[in-house]
Amino acid sequence: MNIKNKIKITVNGKQMQIIPKFTLKSLITKLKMPLNKIAIELNKKIIDKNRISKIQLKKNDKIEIVHFIGGG
Amino acid sequence: MIDNRFKIANKIFKSRLIVGTGKYKSFSECAKAIKTSGADIVTVAVRRVNISNKNKARLMDYIDPKKITYLPNTAGCFTAEDAIRTLRLAREIGGWKLVKLEVLGDKKNLFPEMIETLRSTELLTKEGFKVMVYCNDDPLMAKRLENAGAVAIMPLAAPIGSGLGIQNKVNIKIIRKQTKLPLIIDAGIGQASDASIAMELGCDGVLINTAIARAKNPIQMAEAMKLAVISGRKSFLSGRINPNLFGSASTTNKGII
Repeated sequence: MNIKNKIKITVNGKQMQIIPKFTLKSLITKLKMPLNKIAIELNKKIIDKNRISKIQLKKNDKIEIVHFIGGG
Repeated sequence: MIDNRFKIANKIFKSRLIVGTGKYKSFSECAKAIKTSGADIVTVAVRRVNISNKNKARLMDYIDPKKITYLPNTAGCFTAEDAIRTLRLAREIGGWKLVKLEVLGDKKNLFPEMIETLRSTELLTKEGFKVMVYCNDDPLMAKRLENAGAVAIMPLAAPIGSGLGIQNKVNIKIIRKQTKLPLIIDAGIGQASDASIAMELGCDGVLINTAIARAKNPIQMAEAMKLAVISGRKSFLSGRINPNLFGSASTTNKGII
């Protein structure tokens, strides 16, 4: 894959490069995130986890993946 | 007859002690403390997943949300928009609608920003959330939260994590008198007697995190808090004697030699 074809996205504040037509589902799988324990935001919009295989990521997309941690 | 069931948003809970899951040395210590405390509601926070360390332990691996009610909070939020974004995400993780709203106004004293808190309560309630609201011990504001649709009023005893105990018993009593909503002391508890006092004032429950998590022996403190809450509740329900300035002998003088 030519580096020019790579797309820059930001996941949890960190830059990542992906290939074109990479889906949100591929990203979650790549990051080994358990779907039932997370929530996903794409450009500040909450994403229905059942739809992630249909969403192709685009240049400069900002993704937030959150889970529960200890808190008061 | 006082209804002794602990009911929040039409759901009955066994324990009147709600425990926070922050500040423990480990998830296993946290899980053990929760088990010992007997709590069936725990507060949790929403944060970014660490994407560079995929194998890091997760809270949900230690505390099963099917066995214990997760109460997502909005810790670290300073505006209504932050709080709503956080709780929408919490709901998306697993359908949680019962939430703890806390909108802070100052990073040092961690007091709630009540104008934003009130606005958030209205907006979240409209969106179908059942909002338990961390608030100041201000009876007027407590009333406004109730009118905005809060399902529980949760005034502070003292600043979060301070361990100072209940600073304004009079206001807590006034709030108790004016509301039928669950009244839960949230923040500022330091030791077991503080929890008992909260319950003796007529509160429905107590939410404790730091006082357990940062005790030298958190597991033992979890048990102490459990007993203190039960004890305080029983004391409240039993109807205390009237305080009297002078003594009243327990032993009769009749038959004295």
